[in-house]
Amino acid sequence: VKAIALAVAVASVMSGAPRELRFAMAGDPRTFDPLHAEESHSEMVRYLTGGVLLRVNRATGKVEPELAESYQITEGGRTIQFRLRAGLKFSDGSPLTSADVTRTLTRALDPKEASPIGDTFRSAEGDPMVRAASPLEIAVRYRLPKPDLDRLFDSLAIAPAAMAKLPATAGPFHVTEYRAGQYVRLERNPNYWKRDPNGRPLPLVDSIRIDIQQNHDIELERFLRRDLQVINKLEPEGFDRVQQQMPGAAKSLGASLDSEFLWFNEAPVKSLPEWKLRWFRSTAFRHAVSLAIQRDDLARLAYRGHAHPASGPISPANRFWFNAALKPLPANPQRALQLLAGDGFSFQSGVLRDRDGHAVEFSLITNSGNRPRERMAQLIQQDLARIGVKINIVPLEFGALIERIAKTLDYESALLGFANVEEDPVEQMNVWISSGAQHAWWPRQKTPATAWEARIDALEKQQASSPDRAARKKAMDEVQAIAVEQEPIIYLLNPDYLYAVAPGLKGLQPSAAPPQILWNVEWLRLE
Amino acid sequence: MRRLQWIAAVLLLAILAAALTAPLLAPYHYDRQFRDAPDAPPGAQFPLGADSLGRDRFSRLLYGTAISLLLAPAAALVSIALALVIAVAGALGRRGMENTVSGVITIALSLPWIFLFLILRAELPLNTGPALSLVATFALMGVAGFAGPARVFTASIRSLRESGWLLQARAAGTDPLRIAWVHGWPWLRSLALAQFRVLIPVYILSEAGLGLLGLGVPEPLPSWGNLLQELQHPGVVRSNPWVLAPLGLLVLVMVCLEMLADERAVQA
Repeated sequence: VKAIALAVAVASVMSGAPRELRFAMAGDPRTFDPLHAEESHSEMVRYLTGGVLLRVNRATGKVEPELAESYQITEGGRTIQFRLRAGLKFSDGSPLTSADVTRTLTRALDPKEASPIGDTFRSAEGDPMVRAASPLEIAVRYRLPKPDLDRLFDSLAIAPAAMAKLPATAGPFHVTEYRAGQYVRLERNPNYWKRDPNGRPLPLVDSIRIDIQQNHDIELERFLRRDLQVINKLEPEGFDRVQQQMPGAAKSLGASLDSEFLWFNEAPVKSLPEWKLRWFRSTAFRHAVSLAIQRDDLARLAYRGHAHPASGPISPANRFWFNAALKPLPANPQRALQLLAGDGFSFQSGVLRDRDGHAVEFSLITNSGNRPRERMAQLIQQDLARIGVKINIVPLEFGALIERIAKTLDYESALLGFANVEEDPVEQMNVWISSGAQHAWWPRQKTPATAWEARIDALEKQQASSPDRAARKKAMDEVQAIAVEQEPIIYLLNPDYLYAVAPGLKGLQPSAAPPQILWNVEWLRLE
Repeated sequence: MRRLQWIAAVLLLAILAAALTAPLLAPYHYDRQFRDAPDAPPGAQFPLGADSLGRDRFSRLLYGTAISLLLAPAAALVSIALALVIAVAGALGRRGMENTVSGVITIALSLPWIFLFLILRAELPLNTGPALSLVATFALMGVAGFAGPARVFTASIRSLRESGWLLQARAAGTDPLRIAWVHGWPWLRSLALAQFRVLIPVYILSEAGLGLLGLGVPEPLPSWGNLLQELQHPGVVRSNPWVLAPLGLLVLVMVCLEMLADERAVQA
């Protein structure tokens, strides 16, 4: 049997059989227009097909020229000038010039387009001016310095003038077939500009088939049957199973950019009794809850050892922006009770009561169907019972959960996670600015409720407008320190990034930043 | 009663007794976590092993059996009672009433009841205790499940009403109440029993499915439904075959109920 398999393999190599990479994603891409890719499935297709001027190398964190041969940031971070490579073409053979870049960016910024990419390029002082000096030269100019100006262009895929249903692309692949609910087929772009050091045209695989598969268990089964070659994101249970059945195929990259956390509702809403609001607004109370939670157990039991206790808002996987002075809080229920006693709480007969005699009991909402998170809630329930706090776990359907935490604010505490797709902290700004719609514990404040929130507002604005990366880092370090000191959000875990790769797939350079293992897709090869 | 029926009755009683005395029989409380023994294999400490949070599966099975064995049949009973009332009202009322009942049943059958459960869970006060949430879920399940049996009963009553022997009884001047009690009810009772038996496992499994949407028996309360959720993941079954214990118990209870129901049908 082995001899036959070997013969088939040799024959397929000799005959130049098509090399197809196969993986699954959980849903259909909503669009193939790169300027309207908003949800993760469209973004995945955009990443694999879109040609960008500059690419952030996920392995080194450095910005590298792609369609742009060179670039220059001038005027103290207000202007970026690009020079395109000569002879660039879209997958349909039409030339790619500065006019395409100008048109793409203008389209992205057009309010009528409502492009999510446009937000990345907007600025409080107005939209940038885009000017093509020649067919190969473009300049983008802002009124005030724009932080990390070059990195913004990592997400801007240059679109052709005519947007067909399956548009031409300038990236390594282009979409050739799409069957809703079944699969998306990508084929190599014959006009892709990049070559390997031996002058061979990239990409190294001929096609990619992305199956639409909602059920992760089925995705896992298909991977184990070698029907798929990659699982881009594995659940902890799946990781253990792949390890058992296909040793070496399951891999962990350590802590991901994602975080799991809980927070209390501190907004003055009618549904929240005055005494509960007093608990939730007490820093000592929040610290005590944080101290009572055994983060090591959450990582070991809820994530089967595939997570790390979190130390703050930014994961250690985000090497540049993480404040390395912060450490995960070790559990200390005794210290928690001392803090509570200092804040007027009393612990008697296993029940914690506030100074007015109210037993401390609150509900914790979370989204149903997320196994690790549901396990976390049960562990937290028992941890808090040790300091006399009773929590009622309420798993809610995701839509109902969002309705409560974002609109009606009818909840007491929530357990959720944040899937970071960008390393830059600007992405989390809406969570930390007191007027932000996602300012979890009290959204849309007219003026900051506390002095420390006002300080965070100032630091966030400072980091979002400074072109100096070191100054931005200093501001973000202080934001992280305040967040840990005040704990409006109690950070619990950073889940590990787990993935699975079939043994024959080579050339991977996995990264914690999306699209984690496929970011250098043009270099992947099947052996 | 035949020997097999005796065995079924004894087994059912034993299971029910064990479930009802769970606080005495179970080695541990259902939510006690042994965090140093997650996924422990069966042994002296954990007869059926421990789950991923180190909770004793045997203790959880005993407590869960009590919840499922009492509440799934209770919900089935609500459905059957509601279905009988509606079907009889439709059959005995005027022509318009019969059409109305038929319409109500058709609409109920076509309604996406899952949304009602979602609304229920979303509207229940967040600090509703697990016990109340549990009762509300099964009560709604009972109400939501009336339409299927009601359609069967309606069709059956219609055929009964048009049967020759009933016409004969009416022509002979037999009291309508007597006709209903002596001729109608035994006919309907066997149908109701069959529907009741069908609905119990349906409700147990529905509760497991609802659990995925956060609508079933709330953790840490155990039930057959949320214990069966572990079976969704083939890997877990392969590495921990003892997670099949709730399924085994469910099958055993259903077989016993089937045997007893047969006996009752024979007697009827």
